[in-house]
Amino acid sequence: MTIKTLPQTLYEKLWQTHLVEEKEDETPLLYVDRHLIHEVTSPQAFANLRFHNRSVRHPERTIATMDHNISTRSIEIDAAGEGAANQLRALEKNCKDFGIQLFGMGHKNQGIAHVMGPELGLTLPGTIIVCGDSHTATHGAFGALAFGIGTSEVEHVFATQTLRQTKAKTMKIVVKGHVGKGISAKDIILSIIGKTGSAGATGYVVEYCGEAIEALSMEERMTVCNMSIEFGAKAGLVAPDQTTFDYVEGRDYAPKGDIWLQAVNDWKQLKSDDDAVFDSTITLDAKDIKAQVTWGTNPGQVISIDSTVPSPDDFNDPVEKESCVNALAYMDLIAGTKITEISVNKVFIGSCTNSRIEDLRAAANVVKEYAAKGQRVQSSIDAIVVPGSYRVKEQAESEGLDKVFSDAGFEWRLPGCSMCLGMNDDVLDEGDRCASTSNRNFEGRQGRGSRTHLVSPEMAAAAAIAGHFVDLNA
Amino acid sequence: MEKFTTHTGLVVPLDIANVDTDQIIPKQFLQKTERVGFGVHLFHDSRYLDHSGKKPNPEFILNKVEYKDTSILLARENFGCGSSREHAPWALEEYGFKVIIAPSFADIFYGNCINIGLLPIQLSENEIEQLFSQAQGAKLRLTVELANNNVSFINESGVKVSFTFELGVFQKYCLEEGVDSVGWTLNKLDTIEAFEAKMPSWQ
Repeated sequence: MTIKTLPQTLYEKLWQTHLVEEKEDETPLLYVDRHLIHEVTSPQAFANLRFHNRSVRHPERTIATMDHNISTRSIEIDAAGEGAANQLRALEKNCKDFGIQLFGMGHKNQGIAHVMGPELGLTLPGTIIVCGDSHTATHGAFGALAFGIGTSEVEHVFATQTLRQTKAKTMKIVVKGHVGKGISAKDIILSIIGKTGSAGATGYVVEYCGEAIEALSMEERMTVCNMSIEFGAKAGLVAPDQTTFDYVEGRDYAPKGDIWLQAVNDWKQLKSDDDAVFDSTITLDAKDIKAQVTWGTNPGQVISIDSTVPSPDDFNDPVEKESCVNALAYMDLIAGTKITEISVNKVFIGSCTNSRIEDLRAAANVVKEYAAKGQRVQSSIDAIVVPGSYRVKEQAESEGLDKVFSDAGFEWRLPGCSMCLGMNDDVLDEGDRCASTSNRNFEGRQGRGSRTHLVSPEMAAAAAIAGHFVDLNA
Repeated sequence: MEKFTTHTGLVVPLDIANVDTDQIIPKQFLQKTERVGFGVHLFHDSRYLDHSGKKPNPEFILNKVEYKDTSILLARENFGCGSSREHAPWALEEYGFKVIIAPSFADIFYGNCINIGLLPIQLSENEIEQLFSQAQGAKLRLTVELANNNVSFINESGVKVSFTFELGVFQKYCLEEGVDSVGWTLNKLDTIEAFEAKMPSWQ
């Protein structure tokens, strides 16, 4: 007799293979394979472990990095300021006391957690990965169930290597066909968020699929999954394929030899069954996607580069209408203004969304085109490039990208989260307007009273030189 | 974690949608290694006119004297969106809030609240609308009874109005009993070890 199993989505497969215990009166208990930690959301979790005289159950499954509040001008801990230095030293002590591997200041493996994990092969398909950071969804690009957690949950993972989670609903986002020339992964995800709104996937785990997603490199898939939280999704997933296996193979922490072969064999099962049922499905046509720029104060307030700033009258929903009024006031924008007429005075290329080598190459290519015409960063603009990790920095420098940026007037910085959230001294001043490759344009995100426009690395590079947003395909 | 059974308190209406965690507690206040000291910075950019937090903004609702003793925050949709920082619920709790009521919450924020014993209550848009209209002028005192998932108040006509809300069974149990969730799971080490023994070697 053959047992007929119900068709499953990729999320359900990941859920099922990590379910430690499911009881009627308890929230299900899931196993956590990999835990990434950093200086900002871990100290209170370690403090509670000490208070209860508990240990880290599997220190080898946790990896620490310093990323959120470090200086991008110096590898000295004290360069980050007193509060940050206290957190960084606390992380050093905590990792030493509890036996956790730390990639601290200047270590060759140091980087933003979501850049470091994949490039070291710590991020594997078919695993559950958590971190006290909402952009943990990045790792879903590998077909890993990856999501951000709070500090109480960090403590729970430390002590038990498990987490209690309620099961999410499933959403399939299909991007059909192929994107046009010059359209980046950032444009794809911003278009998706523009379509769903900034809370359109709250309560869901999203799976991205379709030809346009399959055609993406691993780094591009990471950019897409990274911003899953920006429309409320618990996690974003892309089914692993040959592109995934080719990327992971041979990396420092990736399985080797027979174990690698077994792993790939298992990972090939990690896709939604053809007849799997999703709670919701959204379809986009890739050919309709244009370069995107956010105009408002949440990532759903986004529009194509060839458009104009919307008016509150463009929205029927009263909440969206009011949000538009507030956003235009905060952003100091007038409805009807062409997006290409918006000038900026700051540019940030970096963050866990867009600081990998392919991002830097893409931005550098734009810079080179302008440089060939004798153009460089406008004197009125401060533009910084912050690689996502020391490995990215080293690779970029070996390709001469640092020189491309420096020669054109960009500042080439040390790796870190930097101006994405401005926990270090990379902050905007009140009234500054920034073209940023990061992931959030909330009020005050990059500095009190500052204005953020989210764009791709190519668009940010062009804005730095032109002084305003540019339709590179025009 | 303190036990949560019932609570009666004054409701402050925060009539803004999509309040994100950067607004609840801006990043410059996250540089602490302790669990305390966040309440004073709650809603900093709206609450204070200056960077150092010395000049309260008289227009911001939490600064209005009639809401001084509030303990229930009434909010709009998608409250707590953005980062996973538990500092956001810590700041709300330290300020004095015991309950947050909204038509919808961001997932991570919702879980973080439960984990520290701050009760997030999701009600329908219609119920939220009624509460907003009642809450003007610091006139709404709500009673929350966790045992029967109930929120109630007495309206202008002296009639008791009550709404029910949903909460996960185990989440409710943890709140009512003040369960140490780490300790709870540590009692299941045998089950976890049995699971680990069956994991493939690459995992």
